[in-house]
Amino acid sequence: MEITLKINGVEKKLNVEPRTLLAHAIRDAGLTGTHIGCDSSSCGVCTVVLDGKTAVKSCTMFAVMAEGHEITTIEGMAQGGKLHPLQQAFYDQHGLQCGYCTPGMIMAAHVLLQHNPNPTEEEIRFGLSGNLCRCTGYQNIVKAVQQAAQMLQQPAGAAADD
Amino acid sequence: MIPAAFEYKRPMSLEEAISHLAEHGYDARVLAGGQSLIPAMRYRLAQPSVLVDINKLPNLGYLHEENGMLRIGALVRDTDVEFNKNIQSKYHLISDVSMVVADPIVRFRGTVVGSLCHNDPSGDWAAAAIAARAQMVIQGKNGSRVESIDQFLVDSFATSIGEGEMAVEARFPTPNSLTSGAYEKIERKVGDYATAAAAVQIELNPDGTIKEAGIGITAVAHMALRVVEGENLLRGQKPTLELIRAAAEEVRKIADPNPDARGSAEYKKDMARVLVGRGLIKALRRLNVVVA
Repeated sequence: MEITLKINGVEKKLNVEPRTLLAHAIRDAGLTGTHIGCDSSSCGVCTVVLDGKTAVKSCTMFAVMAEGHEITTIEGMAQGGKLHPLQQAFYDQHGLQCGYCTPGMIMAAHVLLQHNPNPTEEEIRFGLSGNLCRCTGYQNIVKAVQQAAQMLQQPAGAAADD
Repeated sequence: MIPAAFEYKRPMSLEEAISHLAEHGYDARVLAGGQSLIPAMRYRLAQPSVLVDINKLPNLGYLHEENGMLRIGALVRDTDVEFNKNIQSKYHLISDVSMVVADPIVRFRGTVVGSLCHNDPSGDWAAAAIAARAQMVIQGKNGSRVESIDQFLVDSFATSIGEGEMAVEARFPTPNSLTSGAYEKIERKVGDYATAAAAVQIELNPDGTIKEAGIGITAVAHMALRVVEGENLLRGQKPTLELIRAAAEEVRKIADPNPDARGSAEYKKDMARVLVGRGLIKALRRLNVVVA
């Protein structure tokens, strides 16, 4: 069946089966930043953002169910050639080792910060507990989210003056 | 892993959804959050030939109090409950559960009603619904009916929902100021099935004796169970540590867990006992009654 998915603001017509998982549809559309890890809803590397404020493990949603929703993937985070504060913070804090979990971590952290712009360390660990890093690099991931929270809280333009 | 092929229906009204379910009977499954069903389909543990996606149905995302009940529509996500300030302040048991169901990402999609309909032997919401004496609203072609949670939860992965029917709402009684509860869960890691878990709710009389008690345990039997004898021991009594120990001991008489990587049967059974005790102590402490 033909469906239309709006991914990172761009409408894409895709030919899928009802059983096609959203993670596969996104990757088949050429956006391979969304990874597939455990295939069992556990690891969170396939996390994407739905309608700006909710996160979903895209291996646990059929592509047809995403019709009519705005999907954001890691490719949609940088704007105008400038890294999103979360991406910049993961870079600055070395919030990744092998990098496989990173897209899911960033998308999950993005949603976490929408709901809680100034989280404590404990709240960050709680909020990211559905995302696994097999390198166990959690310490710097938490630091990166803390830095991103600070960057996002600065008034617009302040960062550019630094 | 790819699920088996199925026919996809996306009704835009409740009537249309019910008519699809009536037409296909038990070959059809309702798809709400899909956080249990889709993994089961990927493992081919479930192979429904028709999925009826209810996510576009209007008016099933409500979450409000009415006539002494918290009404939870079939499209209310776990996070809707988790982030709700009124629930955090008044519904202690429900609030506790909403923070430990699956993991934070899964909770954005998973629904309370869907979890109850799935009736997994390790489900969190079933134990909570038992302890809080919830009700379920089931819709069919010829109208709806209300059932107690004890009538609704029939067996492992089985409920009283008939062919051509679907659950549209869960109802939890609104706790008064002398009511509190707690949910205690042991899990190896976030998102894993519970090793054992217990839901409790206590209502006190103004004189400090226990007016009503609810105890549900999960992951330690073929389905979530009510600890009836434990509730009976508590009712009418003044809460003491000895009483709580005696009520929790009743768990051991009905728990019948399977040994697995999470622990031996004896360990799980004993943990369920311990968790009921901890839950009761926490619920009483939330009512400013200190027994330990």
